[in-house]
Amino acid sequence: MNAVLEVANLRVAFANGTQAVRGVSLKVERGETHCLVGESGCGKSVSSLAVMNLLARGATRSADVLRFHDTDLMKLSERHMAALRGDKLAMIFQEPMTSLNPAYTIGSQMAEALTRHRRVSRAKALDRAAELLGRVGITAPGMRLAQYPHQLSGGLRQRVMIAMALMCDPELLIADEPTTALDVTVQAQILRLLQSLQRELGLALLLITHDLGIVARMAQRVSVMYAGEVVESASAEALFAQPTHPYTRGLLACIPIPGASRRDEPLGSIPGVVPRIGPDFQGCGFRDRCAHAAPICAQVAPLQHAAPGHDYLCRLPPDWSAAEAA
Amino acid sequence: MLQFLLRRALLAVLVCLTVLVVSFVLTRLSGDLAISIAGPNATAEDIATIRQNYGLDRPLVVQFLDWAAHAARGDLGSSYLYHAPVAGLIADRLPITLTLGLSGLAIALLVAIPLGILSAMHEGTVIDRGIGLVALIGQAMPSFWLGLVLIIVVGLKLQWLPISGVDTWEGYIMPAIVLAFSAIPALMRLTRAGMIDALASDYIRTARAKGLRTARIVLKHALRNAAMPVVSVAAVQLGFMLGGSIVIEAVFALHGVGYLAWESISKNDFPVVQAVVLFLAIVYIGLTLAADMMNAVLDPRLRSA
Ligand SMILES: Nc1ncnc2c1ncn2[C@@H]1O[C@H](COP(=O)(O)OP(=O)(O)O)[C@@H](O)[C@H]1O
Ligand SMILES: [Mg+2]
Repeated sequence: MNAVLEVANLRVAFANGTQAVRGVSLKVERGETHCLVGESGCGKSVSSLAVMNLLARGATRSADVLRFHDTDLMKLSERHMAALRGDKLAMIFQEPMTSLNPAYTIGSQMAEALTRHRRVSRAKALDRAAELLGRVGITAPGMRLAQYPHQLSGGLRQRVMIAMALMCDPELLIADEPTTALDVTVQAQILRLLQSLQRELGLALLLITHDLGIVARMAQRVSVMYAGEVVESASAEALFAQPTHPYTRGLLACIPIPGASRRDEPLGSIPGVVPRIGPDFQGCGFRDRCAHAAPICAQVAPLQHAAPGHDYLCRLPPDWSAAEAA
Repeated sequence: MLQFLLRRALLAVLVCLTVLVVSFVLTRLSGDLAISIAGPNATAEDIATIRQNYGLDRPLVVQFLDWAAHAARGDLGSSYLYHAPVAGLIADRLPITLTLGLSGLAIALLVAIPLGILSAMHEGTVIDRGIGLVALIGQAMPSFWLGLVLIIVVGLKLQWLPISGVDTWEGYIMPAIVLAFSAIPALMRLTRAGMIDALASDYIRTARAKGLRTARIVLKHALRNAAMPVVSVAAVQLGFMLGGSIVIEAVFALHGVGYLAWESISKNDFPVVQAVVLFLAIVYIGLTLAADMMNAVLDPRLRSA
């Protein structure tokens, strides 16, 4: 059976020459959570917007494969893509404060997500909205439906966005840091809700997060992004047990100690910043921050297999860290 | 919300009073009213009598308070020229000016908003630049000139429409188009700018993520947020159209309030001038408040502020 989402060699460039995504490949299976991790600015949001065909004007995307079940999303007209969006393919954006229309009530905005795709009355759609608001932990959903976005806190708006994405029971949900504005209890409730939807409906989840605790809890597969590329991709166990790319190792070294850490602390206390990648960039994007960089890294970063289903993008051999420790 | 409206209303009343005082003083400074009322053949005695009869010999402050006290009771005095109550003169001419102004605004909005939306949706393309150029040309064209061209081509050459007067509704078509023309460029640019901002916003991306169709995204989600500055400026434009259609009323020989204003100013018919100024100030206040209320309808954030 085909994966729900299959992406191969996805590329996105902006009009100013920034190569934001450079050959991303990943798969999300039915009922599976695939986590996309990496520090800010490495292209996670742009990749997911490219899948949804919601990129800003002036961005160009290309891909060898961009498939939702058997549908080639690259060849789909905007009209047919719109018919999928919000129905089988839903997305939660990273910006909860600005993603709701200030001029319309929560109820009106949630209801239209359902009435666009299903033949249901507005009243039925509002019932569904109230039910989902309850499921994301919002008390007095009926009152919230009549409110406007400016009357809601950031955390509430984020939960509204989550509930809105679930209106049509999507088959694939792309969630871009969906729980950043939420406190720990609410976050746990949202994650439980997503897991139960995966069990009940086989929801496939592409989850973008900074939080390695969430990765450990939710993910079956993990793709680590850096400077527009997936630098390492593995099952969650393999990634935590045997991180191979120096960047992944750097990330895991910064895992906060439970209880003694701030949940919202960004990934990567690795020194340096993500470089801006122009059209002529060559070699490994991480080399300027890598303790193991060699002259060859300025030319290529080869794709290597550490184990079946465990790939990484680096000149170092799979067992380099063990060898180093010995 | 109520407080906001009260504040706006108070401000508008202050503006109105200032305009009235200034116009009062200016008309008094523009020459001896008694002499112009009396006419060229009057003796010095006649002039003195007139000055006394009209109360022009009193201090300016007293004259103004006297006028204001009467105006407050609805008595705007009588025209020196028509020897008829001023209120009646304005009321007679109001339907023409209102019809002209409202149809001018309607035409302007019907043209400017779709063009602005189209321009924004095709930002930076040939369509956008073409529309911008048309707006620029429109702005550079004086209304009396456009009026005359229309009269010559559509009225005299093609004989499609009457060239003057409003005996039938068709008489309004050309002057309304000319009036609309001057308002279109500004309204169009505002619509375009607002729509470009709105279309690039995160909530439009959300609307697209829901799979909504383009028409709904543009007309429901974006236009509603882009409309507020347009409403405010449209109100000001309507104010100009109601009070400032002097040139157009003259070109098309329409006897509206604008024409009355022009006539009374040139003939020093002081009570009429003062009443027209009062009328325009009230129109201004009314339109500003109406625009504020419409914006409060459009934007829930204003309602709860
Ligand atoms: N509209 C845009 N125009 C130009 N560059 C952009 C735009 N959006 C994002 N980028 C760039 O693309 C890169 C990836 O951004 P993003 O996907 O948002 O990172 P993140 O992994 O934090 O989600 C960044 O360098 C960012 O500056
Ligand atoms: Mg992001």
